[in-house]
Amino acid sequence: MSEAYIHTEELCFSYVDADGRSENRALNGISVDIQKGEYVAVLGHNGSGKSTFAKLLNLILEPTSGRLVIDGVEMTGRELSDEEVLQLRRKVGMVFQNPDNQLVATIVEEDVAFGPENLGVPHPELRERVDGALSAVDMTDFAQHEPHRLSGGQKQRVAIAGIIAMMPECIIFDESTAMLDPIGRKEVLDAIRMLNRERGITVLNITHYMNEAAMADRILVISDGRLLMDGTPDEIFARRDELQEAGLEVPQCAALIHRLREAGIPIEGDRISTVEGCADMIVDYFQKRA
Amino acid sequence: MKGVAFGQYYAAESPIHRLDPRAKVIMAILYIVCTFLCKNLAGFIALVASALLLTLFSKIPLRLILRSLRPILVIIIFTSIINVFMTRGEVLLTPESWKIKIYAEGLWNALFMILRISILIIGTGIFLTYTTTPIALTDALEYLLSPLKVFKAPVHDFAMMMTIALRFIPTLTEETEKIMNAQKARGADFTTGSLIKRAKALIPILIPLFVSAFNRAFDLASAMECRCYHGGKGRTRLNVLHYRAVDFVAMMLVVAFGVGLFFLNRYGFGYTLS
Repeated sequence: MSEAYIHTEELCFSYVDADGRSENRALNGISVDIQKGEYVAVLGHNGSGKSTFAKLLNLILEPTSGRLVIDGVEMTGRELSDEEVLQLRRKVGMVFQNPDNQLVATIVEEDVAFGPENLGVPHPELRERVDGALSAVDMTDFAQHEPHRLSGGQKQRVAIAGIIAMMPECIIFDESTAMLDPIGRKEVLDAIRMLNRERGITVLNITHYMNEAAMADRILVISDGRLLMDGTPDEIFARRDELQEAGLEVPQCAALIHRLREAGIPIEGDRISTVEGCADMIVDYFQKRA
Repeated sequence: MKGVAFGQYYAAESPIHRLDPRAKVIMAILYIVCTFLCKNLAGFIALVASALLLTLFSKIPLRLILRSLRPILVIIIFTSIINVFMTRGEVLLTPESWKIKIYAEGLWNALFMILRISILIIGTGIFLTYTTTPIALTDALEYLLSPLKVFKAPVHDFAMMMTIALRFIPTLTEETEKIMNAQKARGADFTTGSLIKRAKALIPILIPLFVSAFNRAFDLASAMECRCYHGGKGRTRLNVLHYRAVDFVAMMLVVAFGVGLFFLNRYGFGYTLS
């Protein structure tokens, strides 16, 4: 038995067309282990199956075949009780792309309370959880506001607070920054990093932004419903040509190192996923030459 | 900031605003009963006085309250005309020779009918729509209707639908504006032409709006499932409504008013409805 928090074996999923006959295979056998407390980015271009993968992990979609084990609990190959599904969704929370489409209540604090209310959390713990979750994403001042008057980044932080209030062990961000402006994106990414580093929450960030992926401990690259690559950001961005075949570009700093090397400047080192790392490598190279 | 500012809600700090929304729903119903209890002039004087008193307490401008009568003006005029011309009484006001006969009783009936309908609207407005946010009203209805759950009535589902509708009104309004602007930018004309032409011009707005509303619905459903929504069973609530003493006193006052009207009917004065 594997010790991983999330364990998948040959996970497949097919969308069935409206006519019920033709199938559209979105995910084609993904096997991966994700440990507790990891910060994993899932990369892929549009239609690669990365969002489908995310939705399988808390059974919003049911896998067509393959095996899924979450926190040691077998999720496939048997009938799950409603209670088990609820437990799974409590443990594995999910934040979606469009902040407008995931807020339910007309007042911020009531929206944050929605998850724990559904779980039947009693007073006064419910109040503590809501206040705690709002302060974790720095939205306490907005507790009485109406969601539609907040900025995109603020709405998304409210959505995150709504998940935190359920006390999850893992949060999946399904392109949660895609619709935000740069400021909103930074707010959300800061919140994600804080949750991972300070609270030990396992994070899966589904994205097509390379710079976001570079913040993770580990990157999974999905292309055409298959797991193409699995490694640290440094390892992944070193394989520029393979990424390009999957329709992805490396971050600018990594691209610079690749091009310098192609131009015959043999820069050493492998810390190409961060700007600082690339800068250090270039400085090292010139210092050695001097 | 609390309170959505659409519908008729008028934000103010008044004793009526602060009452429990459930108490206000009950009071509105009792008040409607009161308007129908009135039978004679004394009763109607008391009723008008009570409506003025409520207006004063609710701190809502009188002008705003009278405006709420505008949509039912047609009904008021129609019923009073019918009352004036159709009532047969004993005191004839028009000359014998006229074909149209108007009796004093008809005028009284018309006056009472106007007062009854107007105060019915004003009363429910003051107790409900003017002083209670739609979301508080939804909460109140969920509480008050919860006994119906025994008969398997989907009370929680209804309240949830209302909440979501209220939550998405501003979002969809914004979206409508965006779509309209996008269509205007491409030369659509919504303001000129015949009624039919203008109605047709709305189709390019409605179709994208519906498509997007359905997409939002799918997203929201997934998000709600992710947050363990499984209906009203075993749900707790962050903000629980609590009756305070003042709510009971207020409800008792309306009941007392009703009882008072009952006695006025018996011992009051003036023209009495048959």
